[in-house]
Amino acid sequence: MRKQTIAALCIIGASALLSATALVSAETDAQQAETVVTNNGGITSLRGNVELNTQQQPEELKKVITDRDPISRQYVHQPPVIPHSIRHYEVDLNANKCLSCHSWKNAPESGATKISPTHFETREGMTLSDVSPRRYFCLQCHVPQADAKPLVKNNFKPVDALK
Amino acid sequence: MFKKLMAWLSHIWLLMRSPSSASLGFILFLGFFGGIIFWGGFNTGMEATNTEAFCSSCHAPIVEEIKETIHYSNRSGVRAICSDCHVPHNWTDKMIRKVQASKELVAFAMGTIDTPEKFYQRRRHLADREWARMKKNNSQECRNCHEFAFMDFSEQGQRSVKMHSTALANGDKTCIDCHKGIAHKLPDMTGVEGWH
Repeated sequence: MRKQTIAALCIIGASALLSATALVSAETDAQQAETVVTNNGGITSLRGNVELNTQQQPEELKKVITDRDPISRQYVHQPPVIPHSIRHYEVDLNANKCLSCHSWKNAPESGATKISPTHFETREGMTLSDVSPRRYFCLQCHVPQADAKPLVKNNFKPVDALK
Repeated sequence: MFKKLMAWLSHIWLLMRSPSSASLGFILFLGFFGGIIFWGGFNTGMEATNTEAFCSSCHAPIVEEIKETIHYSNRSGVRAICSDCHVPHNWTDKMIRKVQASKELVAFAMGTIDTPEKFYQRRRHLADREWARMKKNNSQECRNCHEFAFMDFSEQGQRSVKMHSTALANGDKTCIDCHKGIAHKLPDMTGVEGWH
């Protein structure tokens, strides 16, 4: 009986010691993490001039233009921007939601702008019977617009023909 | 053996046929409360198989897909769960759909779509079936919430007005004809009307 009590006490003592050392080591780890010196060299990036380990308060999300008339282009070969919301529009191997209105077949009924004939051409200029795979992912060039102030000041003026 | 069974059955039959000595009130009481408990239990069971948790216990990958759509999360928190669109709300239609769904248990046991590969292979078939169902009942599950009679065109975008005030209004098209894949990813859409 007495032997058992001693053994039990030993086990309790050992486990207490172990957990205490674990706690101590965890604390030192935390201290080390805090004292890691970060320095962005005073460079302002897209996330602002903040240290890596501080979380910048994000800006308010911009509201995308839901639906309006086509937005005029600023230069001759500019891909027209999207004047409507495209939330959850799928463009992938299985489906292309854009083409369900903008394809040549569907455009007359939907009243949407037809995709340009250039989208049927290969890199070498050969015209294909359908949209060229290199032009399939519409959002690579055409993007929806938000009602936001430009991030950078811009003095660009459209050419005379587009004014 | 057979004789014994027959004897037992005829005994039960006799018992069921002969009037009981219990009071009519007691029998009515039993029937009444038995009815409440049976109907309540049945309804609870039906409701339990209509919850998001129940659906996602097998259809987890699809439930994952709805999370980025407006029917899962939006500004006002009014939302639709699986059964709102996939189980008719009308009682008789609901029972019919529930019985049909028992076939899905067989598919589950056979592992028809138990890997992502098998699921993607079969996805178009499954989607076709669901689109056909919604086309047939004039997109009733959409209309349970989105009532055409109360749509304010002046509040809709010009693209929406163009379609809703013409094809939808005169019954040429129903919701599902255009609004495919609004809560899920789409299957291979080759040959689907209106897609490219």
